[in-house]
Amino acid sequence: MIQSGDTAFILVCAALVLLMTPGLALFYGGMVRSKNVLGTIMQSIIMISLISLEWIYLGYSMSFGPDVAGFIGDMSYFALSGVTAAPSETYATTVPHIVFMIYQCMFAVITPALITGAFAERVRFAPFCAFSVLWAVFVYNPVCHWIWGGGFLWAMGVLDFAGGLVVHLTCGVAALVACVFIGPRKGFPKRQFIPHNLPMTLIGTGLLWFGWFGFNGGSALAADEIAATAFVATHIAGMTGMLTWTVVEWYHAGKPTTLGAASGAIAGLATITPAAGFVGPNSAVVIGFMGGLCCYLAVMAKNRFGYDDSLDVVGIHGVGGLVGTIALGLFASSSVNPGGADGLLFGNAGFLFTQLTGIAIVGGYTLVVSFIILKAINAVSPLRMAANEEEIGMDTSEHSESAYQA
Amino acid sequence: MKKIEVITRNYKLDSIKEALTRLGIKGMTVSEVKGFGRQGGHKEVYRGAEYQIDFVPKIKIELVVGDEIVPDIVQTITQAARTGEVGDGKIFISPIDDIVRIRTGESGIEAI
Repeated sequence: MIQSGDTAFILVCAALVLLMTPGLALFYGGMVRSKNVLGTIMQSIIMISLISLEWIYLGYSMSFGPDVAGFIGDMSYFALSGVTAAPSETYATTVPHIVFMIYQCMFAVITPALITGAFAERVRFAPFCAFSVLWAVFVYNPVCHWIWGGGFLWAMGVLDFAGGLVVHLTCGVAALVACVFIGPRKGFPKRQFIPHNLPMTLIGTGLLWFGWFGFNGGSALAADEIAATAFVATHIAGMTGMLTWTVVEWYHAGKPTTLGAASGAIAGLATITPAAGFVGPNSAVVIGFMGGLCCYLAVMAKNRFGYDDSLDVVGIHGVGGLVGTIALGLFASSSVNPGGADGLLFGNAGFLFTQLTGIAIVGGYTLVVSFIILKAINAVSPLRMAANEEEIGMDTSEHSESAYQA
Repeated sequence: MKKIEVITRNYKLDSIKEALTRLGIKGMTVSEVKGFGRQGGHKEVYRGAEYQIDFVPKIKIELVVGDEIVPDIVQTITQAARTGEVGDGKIFISPIDDIVRIRTGESGIEAI
Protein backbone atom coordinates (compact mmCIF):
# COMPACT_ATOMS: atom_id res chain seq x y z
CA MET A 1 0.00 0.00 0.00
CA ILE A 2 1.68 3.23 -1.15
CA GLN A 3 2.01 5.99 1.46
CA SER A 4 2.41 9.44 -0.04
CA GLY A 5 4.48 10.68 2.92
CA ASP A 6 6.97 7.82 2.61
CA THR A 7 7.13 8.25 -1.17
CA ALA A 8 7.77 11.98 -0.94
CA PHE A 9 10.43 11.41 1.72
CA ILE A 10 12.33 8.75 -0.23
CA LEU A 11 12.19 10.78 -3.46
CA VAL A 12 13.70 13.76 -1.63
CA CYS A 13 16.27 11.49 0.02
CA ALA A 14 17.24 10.10 -3.40
CA ALA A 15 17.86 13.65 -4.61
CA LEU A 16 19.91 14.36 -1.46
CA VAL A 17 22.07 11.29 -2.01
CA LEU A 18 22.59 12.27 -5.65
CA LEU A 19 23.83 15.68 -4.49
CA MET A 20 26.57 13.94 -2.51
CA THR A 21 28.38 12.95 -5.70
CA PRO A 22 28.97 16.49 -7.02
CA GLY A 23 29.61 17.40 -3.35
CA LEU A 24 32.29 14.72 -3.26
CA ALA A 25 33.70 16.08 -6.52
CA LEU A 26 34.22 19.48 -4.84
CA PHE A 27 35.50 17.85 -1.62
CA TYR A 28 38.14 15.95 -3.57
CA GLY A 29 38.66 18.64 -6.23
CA GLY A 30 39.82 21.19 -3.66
CA MET A 31 42.40 18.79 -2.20
CA VAL A 32 44.34 18.15 -5.41
CA ARG A 33 46.75 20.47 -7.21
CA SER A 34 45.16 23.02 -9.55
CA LYS A 35 46.28 21.15 -12.69
CA ASN A 36 44.20 18.12 -11.67
CA VAL A 37 41.00 19.70 -10.36
CA LEU A 38 38.82 19.07 -13.42
CA GLY A 39 40.11 15.54 -13.89
CA THR A 40 39.31 14.79 -10.25
CA ILE A 41 35.83 16.33 -10.46
CA MET A 42 35.22 14.40 -13.69
CA GLN A 43 36.04 11.09 -12.00
CA SER A 44 33.17 11.67 -9.59
CA ILE A 45 30.51 13.21 -11.80
CA ILE A 46 30.89 10.78 -14.71
CA MET A 47 29.79 8.07 -12.27
CA ILE A 48 26.32 9.64 -12.25
CA SER A 49 25.79 8.59 -15.85
CA LEU A 50 27.97 5.48 -16.08
CA ILE A 51 26.75 3.77 -12.93
CA SER A 52 23.10 4.87 -13.31
CA LEU A 53 23.06 3.17 -16.69
CA GLU A 54 24.82 0.11 -15.29
CA TRP A 55 22.30 0.06 -12.44
CA ILE A 56 19.28 0.06 -14.75
CA TYR A 57 20.51 -2.85 -16.85
CA LEU A 58 22.54 -4.91 -14.40
CA GLY A 59 23.02 -3.44 -10.97
CA TYR A 60 19.51 -3.26 -9.64
CA SER A 61 18.69 -6.79 -10.72
CA MET A 62 22.01 -8.23 -9.46
CA SER A 63 21.57 -6.43 -6.12
CA PHE A 64 17.85 -6.69 -5.45
CA GLY A 65 16.56 -9.31 -7.88
CA PRO A 66 15.23 -12.59 -6.45
CA ASP A 67 18.04 -14.38 -4.60
CA VAL A 68 20.18 -17.06 -6.24
CA ALA A 69 21.98 -19.23 -3.65
CA GLY A 70 22.46 -16.31 -1.26
CA PHE A 71 25.10 -14.83 -3.54
CA ILE A 72 23.45 -12.72 -6.23
CA GLY A 73 20.11 -11.50 -7.51
CA ASP A 74 18.79 -13.09 -10.68
CA MET A 75 18.21 -11.04 -13.80
CA SER A 76 14.43 -10.73 -13.55
CA TYR A 77 14.68 -6.94 -13.15
CA PHE A 78 16.90 -6.54 -16.25
CA ALA A 79 16.22 -3.13 -17.82
CA LEU A 80 13.81 -2.48 -14.93
CA SER A 81 11.34 -5.04 -16.17
CA GLY A 82 8.62 -5.33 -13.55
CA VAL A 83 10.02 -2.37 -11.58
CA THR A 84 7.01 -0.10 -11.78
CA ALA A 85 5.09 2.48 -9.79
CA ALA A 86 3.44 -0.37 -7.87
CA PRO A 87 5.18 -1.20 -4.59
CA SER A 88 7.62 -4.10 -4.34
CA GLU A 89 6.46 -7.05 -2.26
CA THR A 90 9.88 -7.29 -0.65
CA TYR A 91 11.50 -3.87 -0.37
CA ALA A 92 10.07 -0.61 0.97
CA THR A 93 6.52 -1.81 0.60
CA THR A 94 4.95 1.63 1.13
CA VAL A 95 6.64 3.38 -1.82
CA PRO A 96 6.58 2.66 -5.56
CA HIS A 97 9.14 0.00 -6.45
CA ILE A 98 10.75 2.40 -8.93
CA VAL A 99 11.34 4.92 -6.13
CA PHE A 100 13.22 2.30 -4.10
CA MET A 101 15.21 1.48 -7.24
CA ILE A 102 16.29 5.08 -7.91
CA TYR A 103 17.12 5.67 -4.23
CA GLN A 104 19.43 2.65 -4.24
CA CYS A 105 20.89 3.82 -7.57
CA MET A 106 22.34 6.89 -5.87
CA PHE A 107 24.28 4.69 -3.42
CA ALA A 108 25.68 2.67 -6.30
CA VAL A 109 26.78 5.93 -7.99
CA ILE A 110 28.69 7.45 -5.09
CA THR A 111 30.51 4.31 -3.94
CA PRO A 112 32.96 3.97 -6.87
CA ALA A 113 33.30 7.78 -6.88
CA LEU A 114 34.58 7.58 -3.29
CA ILE A 115 37.41 5.26 -4.37
CA THR A 116 38.84 7.87 -6.75
CA GLY A 117 40.38 9.83 -3.89
CA ALA A 118 42.92 7.04 -3.39
CA PHE A 119 44.47 7.23 -6.84
CA ALA A 120 43.83 10.92 -7.51
CA GLU A 121 46.16 12.81 -9.85
CA ARG A 122 47.62 9.84 -11.74
CA VAL A 123 45.07 7.63 -13.52
CA ARG A 124 44.01 7.65 -17.19
CA PHE A 125 40.35 8.34 -17.78
CA ALA A 126 39.34 5.45 -20.06
CA PRO A 127 40.75 2.58 -17.96
CA PHE A 128 39.45 4.37 -14.86
CA CYS A 129 35.90 4.27 -16.30
CA ALA A 130 36.32 0.58 -17.11
CA PHE A 131 37.54 -0.09 -13.57
CA SER A 132 34.60 1.73 -12.00
CA VAL A 133 31.96 -0.10 -14.03
CA LEU A 134 33.54 -3.53 -13.53
CA TRP A 135 33.98 -2.82 -9.84
CA ALA A 136 30.32 -1.86 -9.54
CA VAL A 137 29.31 -5.09 -11.28
CA PHE A 138 31.63 -7.51 -9.49
CA VAL A 139 32.04 -5.91 -6.06
CA TYR A 140 29.27 -3.43 -5.28
CA ASN A 141 26.35 -5.41 -6.69
CA PRO A 142 27.13 -8.75 -5.00
CA VAL A 143 28.00 -7.17 -1.63
CA CYS A 144 24.84 -5.05 -1.81
CA HIS A 145 22.85 -8.22 -2.47
CA TRP A 146 24.49 -10.15 0.39
CA ILE A 147 23.47 -7.55 2.95
CA TRP A 148 20.49 -5.60 1.63
CA GLY A 149 19.09 -7.87 -1.09
CA GLY A 150 18.41 -10.94 1.05
CA GLY A 151 21.77 -12.64 0.50
CA PHE A 152 23.78 -14.85 2.85
CA LEU A 153 25.13 -12.10 5.13
CA TRP A 154 21.59 -10.83 5.68
CA ALA A 155 20.59 -14.41 6.53
CA MET A 156 23.48 -14.59 9.03
CA GLY A 157 22.15 -11.48 10.75
CA VAL A 158 24.82 -8.99 9.63
CA LEU A 159 23.38 -5.47 9.92
CA ASP A 160 24.36 -2.40 7.94
CA PHE A 161 21.86 0.42 8.19
CA ALA A 162 23.04 2.71 5.40
CA GLY A 163 26.27 1.35 4.00
CA GLY A 164 29.12 0.96 6.49
CA LEU A 165 30.00 -2.33 4.80
CA VAL A 166 28.27 -1.96 1.43
CA VAL A 167 29.60 1.54 0.75
CA HIS A 168 32.42 2.60 3.06
CA LEU A 169 34.30 -0.62 3.76
CA THR A 170 34.15 -1.76 0.12
CA CYS A 171 35.39 1.57 -1.18
CA GLY A 172 38.06 1.80 1.52
CA VAL A 173 39.45 -1.67 0.80
CA ALA A 174 39.31 -1.10 -2.97
CA ALA A 175 41.07 2.23 -2.41
CA LEU A 176 43.91 0.53 -0.54
CA VAL A 177 44.36 -2.12 -3.22
CA ALA A 178 44.14 0.44 -6.05
CA CYS A 179 46.60 2.97 -4.65
CA VAL A 180 49.17 0.26 -3.89
CA PHE A 181 48.63 -1.37 -7.30
CA ILE A 182 48.84 1.89 -9.27
CA GLY A 183 51.73 3.23 -7.24
CA PRO A 184 52.40 6.63 -5.71
CA ARG A 185 52.21 9.93 -7.53
CA LYS A 186 55.34 11.05 -9.35
CA GLY A 187 57.70 12.59 -6.83
CA PHE A 188 55.97 11.03 -3.79
CA PRO A 189 56.86 11.48 -0.96
CA LYS A 190 59.48 14.16 -1.65
CA ARG A 191 57.39 16.48 -3.75
CA GLN A 192 54.65 18.59 -2.21
CA PHE A 193 51.01 17.81 -2.92
CA ILE A 194 49.30 20.78 -1.32
CA PRO A 195 45.51 21.19 -1.60
CA HIS A 196 44.91 23.97 -4.11
CA ASN A 197 41.54 25.23 -2.85
CA LEU A 198 40.40 24.34 0.66
CA PRO A 199 37.27 26.54 0.51
CA MET A 200 36.11 24.27 -2.36
CA THR A 201 36.74 21.25 -0.13
CA LEU A 202 34.68 22.85 2.64
CA ILE A 203 31.75 23.52 0.28
CA GLY A 204 31.97 19.85 -0.68
CA THR A 205 31.95 18.89 3.00
CA GLY A 206 28.75 20.88 3.52
CA LEU A 207 27.06 19.26 0.54
CA LEU A 208 28.13 15.80 1.70
CA TRP A 209 26.80 16.42 5.20
CA PHE A 210 23.51 17.74 3.80
CA GLY A 211 23.19 14.74 1.50
CA TRP A 212 24.08 12.35 4.32
CA PHE A 213 20.72 13.08 5.93
CA GLY A 214 19.14 11.49 2.86
CA PHE A 215 21.74 8.72 2.83
CA ASN A 216 21.14 7.67 6.43
CA GLY A 217 17.67 9.08 7.12
CA GLY A 218 16.24 7.65 3.94
CA SER A 219 17.67 4.21 4.69
CA ALA A 220 14.72 3.74 7.03
CA LEU A 221 12.79 3.53 3.70
CA ALA A 222 9.85 5.33 5.31
CA ALA A 223 9.20 8.70 6.94
CA ASP A 224 8.97 7.10 10.36
CA GLU A 225 10.55 7.03 13.82
CA ILE A 226 13.55 5.06 12.56
CA ALA A 227 14.23 7.76 9.94
CA ALA A 228 14.08 10.36 12.72
CA THR A 229 16.49 8.35 14.87
CA ALA A 230 18.91 7.90 11.96
CA PHE A 231 18.74 11.57 10.97
CA VAL A 232 19.57 12.74 14.49
CA ALA A 233 22.30 10.12 15.01
CA THR A 234 23.86 11.22 11.71
CA HIS A 235 24.10 14.84 12.76
CA ILE A 236 25.35 13.96 16.23
CA ALA A 237 28.14 11.72 14.92
CA GLY A 238 29.16 14.23 12.25
CA MET A 239 29.53 17.08 14.70
CA THR A 240 31.23 14.90 17.32
CA GLY A 241 33.67 13.62 14.70
CA MET A 242 34.47 17.19 13.67
CA LEU A 243 35.10 18.32 17.22
CA THR A 244 37.15 15.23 18.07
CA TRP A 245 39.46 15.55 15.06
CA THR A 246 39.89 19.28 15.67
CA VAL A 247 40.79 18.86 19.35
CA VAL A 248 43.09 15.88 18.74
CA GLU A 249 44.86 17.72 15.92
CA TRP A 250 45.15 20.86 18.03
CA TYR A 251 46.78 18.85 20.81
CA HIS A 252 48.93 16.67 18.54
CA ALA A 253 49.99 19.06 15.78
CA GLY A 254 49.72 22.39 17.56
CA LYS A 255 46.95 24.08 15.54
CA PRO A 256 43.35 23.29 14.59
CA THR A 257 42.86 23.31 10.79
CA THR A 258 39.84 23.65 8.53
CA LEU A 259 40.84 20.54 6.56
CA GLY A 260 41.00 18.70 9.88
CA ALA A 261 37.52 19.89 10.88
CA ALA A 262 36.13 18.81 7.48
CA SER A 263 37.92 15.46 7.68
CA GLY A 264 36.58 14.83 11.17
CA ALA A 265 33.02 15.56 10.06
CA ILE A 266 33.28 13.11 7.17
CA ALA A 267 34.90 10.54 9.48
CA GLY A 268 32.06 10.86 12.00
CA LEU A 269 29.41 10.65 9.28
CA ALA A 270 31.01 7.58 7.68
CA THR A 271 31.35 5.88 11.07
CA ILE A 272 27.72 6.34 12.11
CA THR A 273 26.43 5.16 8.71
CA PRO A 274 26.09 1.43 9.50
CA ALA A 275 24.63 2.16 12.93
CA ALA A 276 22.48 5.24 12.29
CA GLY A 277 19.04 3.62 12.62
CA PHE A 278 20.01 1.15 15.35
CA VAL A 279 21.47 3.36 18.10
CA GLY A 280 20.31 6.16 20.36
CA PRO A 281 21.78 9.68 20.52
CA ASN A 282 24.27 9.01 23.32
CA SER A 283 25.69 6.03 21.49
CA ALA A 284 25.94 8.27 18.41
CA VAL A 285 28.13 10.68 20.38
CA VAL A 286 30.48 7.83 21.32
CA ILE A 287 30.49 6.50 17.74
CA GLY A 288 31.27 9.98 16.34
CA PHE A 289 34.10 10.27 18.85
CA MET A 290 35.46 6.84 17.86
CA GLY A 291 35.23 7.84 14.18
CA GLY A 292 37.07 11.13 14.66
CA LEU A 293 39.82 9.58 16.76
CA CYS A 294 40.35 6.33 14.82
CA CYS A 295 40.30 8.03 11.42
CA TYR A 296 42.77 10.69 12.61
CA LEU A 297 45.11 7.95 13.82
CA ALA A 298 44.63 6.03 10.55
CA VAL A 299 45.55 9.07 8.46
CA MET A 300 48.63 9.64 10.63
CA ALA A 301 49.53 5.95 10.21
CA LYS A 302 49.36 6.34 6.43
CA ASN A 303 52.18 8.84 6.54
CA ARG A 304 54.19 6.20 8.38
CA PHE A 305 53.32 3.25 6.10
CA GLY A 306 54.18 5.28 3.03
CA TYR A 307 51.45 4.28 0.56
CA ASP A 308 50.04 7.16 -1.44
CA ASP A 309 46.29 7.15 -0.72
CA SER A 310 46.13 10.71 -2.07
CA LEU A 311 42.96 11.91 -0.35
CA ASP A 312 42.71 9.40 2.53
CA VAL A 313 39.92 7.13 1.35
CA VAL A 314 41.37 4.24 3.36
CA GLY A 315 41.93 6.26 6.52
CA ILE A 316 38.53 7.95 6.51
CA HIS A 317 36.00 5.78 4.63
CA GLY A 318 37.62 2.38 5.08
CA VAL A 319 38.45 2.83 8.74
CA GLY A 320 35.18 4.73 9.35
CA GLY A 321 33.13 1.87 7.85
CA LEU A 322 35.14 -0.68 9.81
CA VAL A 323 34.89 1.12 13.15
CA GLY A 324 31.19 1.89 12.61
CA THR A 325 30.36 -1.73 11.83
CA ILE A 326 32.16 -2.86 14.99
CA ALA A 327 30.50 -0.06 16.97
CA LEU A 328 27.13 -1.31 15.77
CA GLY A 329 28.05 -4.69 17.26
CA LEU A 330 28.67 -2.88 20.56
CA PHE A 331 25.93 -0.25 20.73
CA ALA A 332 22.95 -1.64 18.79
CA SER A 333 19.81 -1.69 20.85
CA SER A 334 16.53 -3.33 19.94
CA SER A 335 14.80 -0.79 22.17
CA VAL A 336 15.84 1.86 19.61
CA ASN A 337 14.94 -0.28 16.60
CA PRO A 338 12.94 -3.47 17.18
CA GLY A 339 13.94 -4.58 13.67
CA GLY A 340 17.63 -4.45 14.66
CA ALA A 341 19.58 -6.37 17.26
CA ASP A 342 21.17 -5.97 20.68
CA GLY A 343 24.91 -5.38 20.73
CA LEU A 344 27.58 -6.44 23.22
CA LEU A 345 26.76 -3.63 25.65
CA PHE A 346 23.15 -4.81 25.70
CA GLY A 347 24.16 -8.36 26.52
CA ASN A 348 24.51 -9.92 23.07
CA ALA A 349 28.15 -10.76 22.34
CA GLY A 350 27.11 -13.02 19.47
CA PHE A 351 25.99 -10.05 17.39
CA LEU A 352 29.44 -8.44 17.62
CA PHE A 353 30.92 -11.68 16.30
CA THR A 354 28.40 -11.65 13.44
CA GLN A 355 29.47 -8.11 12.53
CA LEU A 356 33.17 -9.08 12.63
CA THR A 357 32.42 -12.00 10.32
CA GLY A 358 30.67 -9.61 7.94
CA ILE A 359 33.73 -7.33 7.94
CA ALA A 360 36.09 -10.22 7.21
CA ILE A 361 33.97 -11.57 4.35
CA VAL A 362 33.21 -8.23 2.70
CA GLY A 363 36.78 -6.95 3.20
CA GLY A 364 38.41 -10.15 1.92
CA TYR A 365 36.12 -10.43 -1.11
CA THR A 366 36.58 -6.77 -2.04
CA LEU A 367 40.34 -7.03 -1.71
CA VAL A 368 40.66 -10.05 -4.00
CA VAL A 369 38.14 -9.00 -6.66
CA SER A 370 39.37 -5.38 -6.80
CA PHE A 371 42.90 -6.67 -7.38
CA ILE A 372 41.76 -9.01 -10.19
CA ILE A 373 39.85 -6.17 -11.90
CA LEU A 374 42.83 -3.81 -11.68
CA LYS A 375 45.19 -6.46 -13.02
CA ALA A 376 42.87 -7.31 -15.92
CA ILE A 377 42.31 -3.70 -16.96
CA ASN A 378 45.98 -2.85 -16.67
CA ALA A 379 46.81 -5.73 -19.01
CA VAL A 380 44.53 -4.27 -21.68
CA SER A 381 45.15 -0.56 -21.16
CA PRO A 382 47.54 0.92 -18.57
CA LEU A 383 45.76 2.65 -15.70
CA ARG A 384 48.72 4.85 -14.95
CA MET A 385 49.28 8.09 -16.83
CA ALA A 386 52.57 8.52 -18.72
CA ALA A 387 55.13 10.37 -16.61
CA ASN A 388 55.11 13.56 -18.69
CA GLU A 389 51.31 13.62 -18.83
CA GLU A 390 51.13 13.28 -15.07
CA GLU A 391 53.55 16.21 -14.87
CA ILE A 392 51.34 18.32 -17.17
CA GLY A 393 48.26 17.37 -15.14
CA MET A 394 45.05 15.51 -15.87
CA ASP A 395 43.05 18.58 -16.87
CA THR A 396 45.16 19.28 -19.94
CA SER A 397 46.48 15.84 -20.79
CA GLU A 398 43.25 13.86 -20.29
CA HIS A 399 40.56 16.44 -20.98
CA SER A 400 42.15 19.38 -22.89
CA GLU A 401 40.70 21.84 -20.41
CA SER A 402 42.04 24.05 -17.67
CA ALA A 403 40.10 25.16 -14.62
CA TYR A 404 41.74 28.52 -14.08
CA GLN A 405 42.88 30.88 -16.81
CA ALA A 406 46.04 32.82 -15.95
CA MET B 1 67.00 59.69 -10.24
CA LYS B 2 66.76 56.39 -8.44
CA LYS B 3 64.57 53.34 -8.74
CA ILE B 4 63.48 51.91 -5.42
CA GLU B 5 62.34 48.27 -5.35
CA VAL B 6 60.84 46.95 -2.16
CA ILE B 7 60.16 43.26 -1.59
CA THR B 8 58.12 42.74 1.55
CA ARG B 9 55.08 41.17 3.19
CA ASN B 10 51.79 41.29 1.25
CA TYR B 11 49.78 42.68 4.12
CA LYS B 12 52.14 45.64 4.50
CA LEU B 13 51.13 47.07 1.10
CA ASP B 14 48.39 49.35 2.41
CA SER B 15 50.46 50.90 5.19
CA ILE B 16 53.45 51.44 2.86
CA LYS B 17 51.23 53.02 0.21
CA GLU B 18 49.60 55.33 2.76
CA ALA B 19 52.96 56.41 4.19
CA LEU B 20 54.43 57.10 0.73
CA THR B 21 51.34 59.03 -0.34
CA ARG B 22 51.81 61.26 2.72
CA LEU B 23 55.36 61.95 1.44
CA GLY B 24 53.86 63.15 -1.85
CA ILE B 25 54.70 60.11 -3.97
CA LYS B 26 52.27 60.03 -6.90
CA GLY B 27 52.86 56.66 -8.50
CA MET B 28 54.17 53.16 -7.96
CA THR B 29 53.97 49.71 -9.51
CA VAL B 30 53.07 46.67 -7.43
CA SER B 31 53.51 43.02 -8.38
CA GLU B 32 52.80 39.78 -6.61
CA VAL B 33 56.00 37.79 -6.45
CA LYS B 34 57.29 34.65 -4.77
CA GLY B 35 60.67 33.94 -3.28
CA PHE B 36 62.67 33.20 -0.21
CA GLY B 37 65.48 34.82 1.68
CA ARG B 38 67.29 33.92 4.86
CA GLN B 39 64.14 32.75 6.58
CA GLY B 40 63.81 29.94 4.00
CA GLY B 41 60.03 29.77 3.61
CA HIS B 42 57.54 28.46 6.12
CA LYS B 43 55.65 25.32 7.08
CA GLU B 44 52.01 24.41 6.42
CA VAL B 45 50.17 21.35 7.77
CA TYR B 46 47.47 19.43 5.88
CA ARG B 47 45.91 16.42 7.63
CA GLY B 48 49.02 16.08 9.75
CA ALA B 49 51.46 16.14 6.83
CA GLU B 50 53.93 19.01 7.06
CA TYR B 51 54.85 20.85 3.90
CA GLN B 52 57.78 23.22 3.51
CA ILE B 53 56.68 26.21 1.45
CA ASP B 54 59.94 27.42 -0.14
CA PHE B 55 58.57 30.19 -2.27
CA VAL B 56 56.73 32.53 0.01
CA PRO B 57 54.26 34.97 -1.59
CA LYS B 58 55.52 38.56 -1.29
CA ILE B 59 54.84 41.88 -2.97
CA LYS B 60 57.29 43.94 -4.96
CA ILE B 61 56.75 47.71 -5.03
CA GLU B 62 58.66 49.72 -7.64
CA LEU B 63 58.92 53.48 -7.75
CA VAL B 64 61.25 56.02 -9.33
CA VAL B 65 62.09 59.23 -7.44
CA GLY B 66 64.48 62.14 -7.41
CA ASP B 67 67.83 61.60 -5.65
CA GLU B 68 67.21 64.04 -2.79
CA ILE B 69 64.09 62.29 -1.51
CA VAL B 70 65.60 58.79 -1.44
CA PRO B 71 66.66 58.78 2.26
CA ASP B 72 63.17 59.92 3.36
CA ILE B 73 61.51 57.26 1.27
CA VAL B 74 63.78 54.50 2.55
CA GLN B 75 63.13 55.55 6.12
CA THR B 76 59.37 55.74 5.57
CA ILE B 77 59.20 52.31 3.95
CA THR B 78 61.40 50.79 6.63
CA GLN B 79 59.12 52.11 9.34
CA ALA B 80 55.93 51.03 7.59
CA ALA B 81 57.09 47.54 6.67
CA ARG B 82 59.06 46.52 9.74
CA THR B 83 57.69 43.89 12.10
CA GLY B 84 61.07 42.88 13.54
CA GLU B 85 60.50 39.24 12.51
CA VAL B 86 62.42 37.42 9.77
CA GLY B 87 60.79 37.94 6.37
CA ASP B 88 60.32 41.72 6.53
CA GLY B 89 62.04 41.97 3.15
CA LYS B 90 64.56 44.24 1.44
CA ILE B 91 64.85 47.58 -0.34
CA PHE B 92 66.98 47.84 -3.48
CA ILE B 93 68.09 51.22 -4.82
CA SER B 94 69.53 51.63 -8.30
CA PRO B 95 70.31 54.56 -10.60
CA ILE B 96 68.00 55.47 -13.45
CA ASP B 97 69.47 57.03 -16.63
CA ASP B 98 66.36 58.64 -18.00
CA ILE B 99 62.58 58.55 -18.04
CA VAL B 100 60.25 59.41 -20.93
CA ARG B 101 56.53 60.09 -20.50
CA ILE B 102 54.99 58.54 -23.57
CA ARG B 103 51.99 60.87 -23.82
CA THR B 104 53.90 64.16 -23.83
CA GLY B 105 57.45 63.23 -24.69
CA GLU B 106 58.73 64.91 -21.49
CA SER B 107 61.90 63.36 -20.12
CA GLY B 108 64.05 63.31 -16.96
CA ILE B 109 62.72 64.42 -13.58
CA GLU B 110 59.71 66.10 -15.26
CA ALA B 111 58.45 62.72 -16.41
CA ILE B 112 58.21 61.16 -12.92
